[in-house]
Amino acid sequence: MANTRQITERTMHTLFFVVASASIVMLFMIMIFLFMEGIPIFNEVSVKAFIFGKYWYPTSEPPDFGILSLIVASLSVTLLSALISIPLGILTAIYIAEIASKRVSEIIKPMVELLSALPSVVIGFFGMVLVAPFLQNVFNIPTGLNLFNASLMLAFMSIPTICSLSEDAIHSVPNSLREASLALGATHLETILKVVVPASLSGISTAVILGMSRAIGETMVVLMVAGGAAFIPESIFDPVRPMPASIASEMAEAPFRGAHYHALFATGIVLFIFTFLFNIVADHIAYKYKQVGEATL
Amino acid sequence: MDKSVKIEVKHLNFYYGEFQALQDNSLDFHTNEVSALIGPSGCGKSTFLRCLNRMNDLIPISRVEGNILLDGLDIYDPSVDVVMLRSRIGMVFQKPNPFPKTIFENVAYGLRVNGIKDKGLIENRVEESLKLAAIWDEVKDRMHKSALGLSGGQQQRLCIARALAVEPEILLMDEPCSALDPIATQKIEELIYQLKKSFTIIIVTHNMQQAARVSDITAFFYLGELIETGETNTIFTRPKLKQTEDYITGRFG
Repeated sequence: MANTRQITERTMHTLFFVVASASIVMLFMIMIFLFMEGIPIFNEVSVKAFIFGKYWYPTSEPPDFGILSLIVASLSVTLLSALISIPLGILTAIYIAEIASKRVSEIIKPMVELLSALPSVVIGFFGMVLVAPFLQNVFNIPTGLNLFNASLMLAFMSIPTICSLSEDAIHSVPNSLREASLALGATHLETILKVVVPASLSGISTAVILGMSRAIGETMVVLMVAGGAAFIPESIFDPVRPMPASIASEMAEAPFRGAHYHALFATGIVLFIFTFLFNIVADHIAYKYKQVGEATL
Repeated sequence: MDKSVKIEVKHLNFYYGEFQALQDNSLDFHTNEVSALIGPSGCGKSTFLRCLNRMNDLIPISRVEGNILLDGLDIYDPSVDVVMLRSRIGMVFQKPNPFPKTIFENVAYGLRVNGIKDKGLIENRVEESLKLAAIWDEVKDRMHKSALGLSGGQQQRLCIARALAVEPEILLMDEPCSALDPIATQKIEELIYQLKKSFTIIIVTHNMQQAARVSDITAFFYLGELIETGETNTIFTRPKLKQTEDYITGRFG
């Protein structure tokens, strides 16, 4: 009897191990595929020329494979969207966790989280049909499909992530710290700004970075509203072509295993490295500032 | 010794929603005396303590009736600035709760939020407070290290120093030793003895011996009612009521 039980135990362990490994195996397979298809472009152009080249004319004769304008587009769109989404997300989180009454916060939090349930194509549609003409009229610019519009739409997409994770972090600050601060004669606002927010800073930073990594990898929105011009932007109202948009729009027409095809995969590698770095930094911060001990977090 | 009344509690009722946690309590606290509030868990002694610096305001469904006079002025009067009130009444909590900041910043915090900007003054006051709380020698070489690296007893003395830094007139202590070992407890008790020269101290404790050792006045609470109060010596040797005697001798509670 004991033997059968042992065999069952061992079988179960193996089964769980296999299931748990599946996603890791997938990740590695995708990575290997990405690199296998992307690396060959470097037979045609050097890594330096690829990353720092200003001209992206993949279908000209001879073609130009410089993705600097795509990288700059991705970074500037992400940065501008972060400038919008970080204050909005964190302030909303502070309001929900610290200021709103329980009844109000129980309504607002799920609604903010519902924002992340909107399919990105719907947000893109909104930006294209409503925001773009509005921007065009108000600022009197040639096109409303531009860096600013894309950043605004991406901010909508990262706010739920930033707000929800920051709220969790703020909420987990022990009440004893708030009481200690108030008992010393600090106001509610001072308590929030000087005790609660600093104590939840690691969680908030993680939230911000995960929100930004969502923005940098987002494809559909930038494809629809960024404008698509592969130039280095000079103002926030210039149309841009972020990396994901470039890959998504060109992949269908790039000849299989041709130079253009490899260049798009290499762009994918660069994008992957960016999101990978974002996640490493998020992990690192979460680990480094992890609080230990009874009276802490 | 100045025996003037510092806090006068008159017919205090306290409600958590429908539940009445305190029933018609009246009690005076005198300057430079240590008063101990004792009684079994749930008897309302912590609630009573937290009424004195209006910490119970934080509970949305709570309600207070009656008067608490600090130097003759009602602290529940609508014109009272709660923030100002709390800077006059320091509080030490059950579990040590230092901020996740450096030792220096923990003590300096109360000064900063009370509007003191002078760096030299802050440094002096931090040092004085740490000395007063008998922890200076242990932390003077690690002022800019995290307070979370201290032991439980050190953290609690740091919290006392933090409360003293704002120069309160009254110090409320809510079971300050319940999370500490006997040696740390002894240090805190010696400290209380020292501090009563300059402060009015009100301490909630579960520990009978502690109440007997540190306090001048003892008040016994049971089920939200103030049963008996008097000189600590009298309460512990010749209590008037049988209920008090039963609790003190450990027959119930």
